[in-house]
Parts: sequence; structure tokens; C-alpha cells
Amino acid sequence: MSLILNHVSYVYEPNTPMERVALKDINLTIEDGEFIGIIGHTGSGKSTLIQQMNGLIKPTAGEIYFQGRDIYDGDFSLRELRSKVGLVFQYPEYQLFETTVFEDVCFGPKNLGLSEKEAGLRAFEALEHVKIPKEVFYQSPFELSGGQKRRVAIAGVLAMRPQILILDEPTAGLDPRGRDELLDELHRLNETKGMTIVLVSHSMEDVANYVHRLVVLEEGAIRFDGTPKEVFVHCEELESLGLRAPQVSYLMRDLKQKGFAVEEDVTTIEEAKTSILRALSWQNRMKPC
Amino acid sequence: MLRDMTLGQYYPGKSLLHRLDPRVKLRGALVFIISVFLFDSVIGFSVVTAFLLTGIILSGVPFRYMIKGIRPIIVILVFTGILNLFWTPGEPLWQYAFLKITRQGLINSGYMVVRLIYLVIGTSLMTLTTTPTRLTDGMETNLAWLNHFKVPVHEIAMMMSIALRFVPILLEETDKIMKAQMARGADFETGNFFKKAKNMIPLLVPLFVSAWRRASELAMAMEARCYRGGAGRTKMKPLNYNRTDVCAFLVLFLYLAGLIAIRIIV
Repeated sequence: MSLILNHVSYVYEPNTPMERVALKDINLTIEDGEFIGIIGHTGSGKSTLIQQMNGLIKPTAGEIYFQGRDIYDGDFSLRELRSKVGLVFQYPEYQLFETTVFEDVCFGPKNLGLSEKEAGLRAFEALEHVKIPKEVFYQSPFELSGGQKRRVAIAGVLAMRPQILILDEPTAGLDPRGRDELLDELHRLNETKGMTIVLVSHSMEDVANYVHRLVVLEEGAIRFDGTPKEVFVHCEELESLGLRAPQVSYLMRDLKQKGFAVEEDVTTIEEAKTSILRALSWQNRMKPC
Repeated sequence: MLRDMTLGQYYPGKSLLHRLDPRVKLRGALVFIISVFLFDSVIGFSVVTAFLLTGIILSGVPFRYMIKGIRPIIVILVFTGILNLFWTPGEPLWQYAFLKITRQGLINSGYMVVRLIYLVIGTSLMTLTTTPTRLTDGMETNLAWLNHFKVPVHEIAMMMSIALRFVPILLEETDKIMKAQMARGADFETGNFFKKAKNMIPLLVPLFVSAWRRASELAMAMEARCYRGGAGRTKMKPLNYNRTDVCAFLVLFLYLAGLIAIRIIV
């Protein structure tokens, strides 16, 4: 058991007229090696939730455990926690500051107290992971394109070799190709390195193809928690939350209503194809020729 | 930690002070500042205190919000207090080597500290009850006469309202970048002065970059809407005096006149 949130609540600016409840009694367990998607409408508390996970904001009530220890125990080092639970903020390119791309990625590992050499090694590895071409390693990060900046910033967190990687809307503002490349890379990190990944998004299409588990937030509370198949069956409820299931879910629902024998709990295009083909061949066989 | 700044921060509400015309409040603040330096007797002091307390109660803003504004000037307060205490000539009450405290010094230093505190609370009272937009609107109309002297009043007011508008945005941005760098293991708290200053680089560089970016985006957006200064520009919400405002002016006049009278008589 890796990260546990136990009855976590959070209130912004308590006891002022600006008081706002951001999280209400959240119970969540993130196991090692999971690939979790957290989705919810703007203002549903997604960003607040993930900042609890690496101790950047302290819950107003409830406890958080990392590897069996309360992270607010006196002798628990929050800095160490932050190196193990890597958090990539929304628009992470705004955190770049060094003179070269390489130096910027080294910032994290150096803060861990690693030697120049070891930090450099990790930086190389991380930059390679996010597919930054070697030519730009020693350029200023401010000269890169938007997509490249984003990937450099993600590398900056990857270089700390976290066990859990949390990303807040990492695909916002990327073109479709950049988005797919990034998500594929996260998938690979999860598969080959066994890194736990928490992906925050409001795009169902993004998450449906990749995650094993989906957590839907509504007004600071968990509304659904399950596999994408289990969650997307609730098309109508999701819509009332201002979210949409992936387009294939709608297609399959419509086909089913039209009388085709397809499965409804389909979340990816690949699965939809198989299901439709099967239904068609079955219907053809039934037809008297 | 960064939200402790009161000056220029609006506290939403619907109190009498919130509803007053910003021009009244601006002149009120001016009158109050003058009055703070006008009193030199206990009676005058009591009148000013009563005026300020009434204002605080009428505003409906919790008292601790006003107090917050004092924290940043504590150093100045202590400094002024000590200077006035030891360096005022007069008959000494207490003496040790070259240090001496006089009766006059004691009174002076007490009054000076109180004046500074009142100054901060009084002006915070205005900014806490007025939105930045209304405040600059009020300033623009109040200072319109400067236009005759070729002072670009509208432009200055616009610059001020933009600056005020950006205070919360930049604070939020600072908070965000700070957290992002803390997630990368940055440390903003420990170390001596030089180490701390050096640790600020990962915060300041992105903050400057983003401030420049925002400024140029805003300029572009304003130009796209054909903004070209104040000439011939009308207001969506023009400022109009109503009966309460007239009453407030009357109160201010009586207050100032009363204090001048006390100063002359006592």
C-alpha cells in the first residue's frame, strides 16, 4: 500500500467571507503500479486533491499516509516525500528558470543532495524519456516551443525518479500529436518502470485509453471510483456533472438502442470495433439468405 | 503566508462604508490623514480615535484585517518610537550616560507611534471597503482638474487600476511557482540571508517572465479593443453622489472643523 488519504477535507481561507470548501471527506488508496485518472469539472477540487498528496497543502481534517507513515508526523521529511511523490503542475513550463535546458532538469536531483555527476546522469535519462533532442540540451529553455517546454518541465520532475508521478492536466494546450506522444510515454513509464501514475484531466478521451482506474470528483467529493468501463456506464450522470464519456460510449449506446447486439461497456475504439464486427457477423448469420 | 498583505486588498461587504461613493472615501482618507497630524492634546486624540473606531464598526470588516496591515511597518514603528523617545530635548525624567528620556519625549514618541498606526488603519479602511476599480475611478474624477496642467490623469488612473488588479494575480502566481519548485525539492525557508536570496532565483525568474508575458498580452488585448486613452471615453458605471454621500461630506467637514477648533482652543 503506497499512498492513503483518510477522511481528508480541505477548506480555503476558513473563517473569512471568501471561505470555500474544496475537499469533503476524501478516502482514496493508491496502490503501487497503478495508473489512475482523476477527472472532474473545473473547480471540483482536482488540483487541491493532488497537492495534498505530496504535502504542499495540509488538510484541514484527516490524515495522509505514505508507505504506512503519517506524512505530518514530526520526524517525517516532507522534502523526501516530494522527491518520491513527483508532482507536475498545470502549465509546468512556467517553472523553468535556468540558463540551459539541462541545468533546469538538474535542479530537482541537485536539491536531493546528489553530486553534479549523478544529477547530470539523471537529467540525461529524464530528457531522453521525454524525447528531447540532444541539440537543444544546452539551449535556453525559453527558446523552445510550447510542447518542448512542457516536456522539459516534466523531465525536471522525472529526474528525481519519483515512485509516484502526479500530473495536473499535462496535455492542456498540446496538439493532438504531442498529446498522444506524452500519454504513450506515461503509459511506458507505468508498464516498464512500474511507476505509479496519477493523471488529472477533464478530457475523457485522454484518460479512457490509458488508465486502469478512474476517480470522478464532484464538488470536492468522490462521485465514482472504478475501472473506466464501470464509470462510463453512467453516461447520463457524468453529463449532469458537466463531463462527457468518450464518444465511443455514446456510439455504442445508440447502436444498442437501434437493436444491435453490441456491448455497452466499451471505452476504446479498438474494443468498439471488435464488438461491432461481432454483432454484425452474428446478425448476418441470422439473416435468411 | 503571502496573503497577509492588507493594503490594496478588498474585503467584500455591503456596509455603509462599502456603499459610499469612492470620491467621498478618498477625501475622507485625506481628511483623516490631516487630522492624525493635527491633534496634540488628549481631547483631539480622543476625537480622532472615536472617528476611527466608528469607521471600523461601520465597515463591518473584522478588526484583525486592519491589524494585519501593521505587521510590515513594525520596524518603522519601533525605530520612530526609539528616536522620539531619546532625542527629544526637555527636562529629563531618567538619565543614563548619554541616554535620557524626557517627559516631552515620552509623549512625542507615544503620539508618533499612534499616528503611524492610525495612518495605516485609516487608509486600509478605505482600500478594504472599496474595489480597486471604484477607487481608481474616484481618483480619476477627483484629480480631473490636473488635466489643465497637462497631467495625463486618465492614463495614470488606468496604470494604477491595472497595477492593483495584478497584485492578487501575481501573488497567486508566486504561490503557484513556489509550490512547483518546492515539488522539485526547492527550499525557501532555511539558510542564512545570502543562501535565501540565492534560493529565490528559481522563484523570481519565472515570475518576471510571466509578468512580462501577462503585460504584453494585456497590451495586445487592449489594443485589439481599440483602447487609445481617456479622451471621449464614457463610463459604464458613472459615479453619482446621493444623499448618504452628502451627509458623509457634512460629517467630514464637521470633524475637521472640530479638530481645528480643539487645536486652537486647547
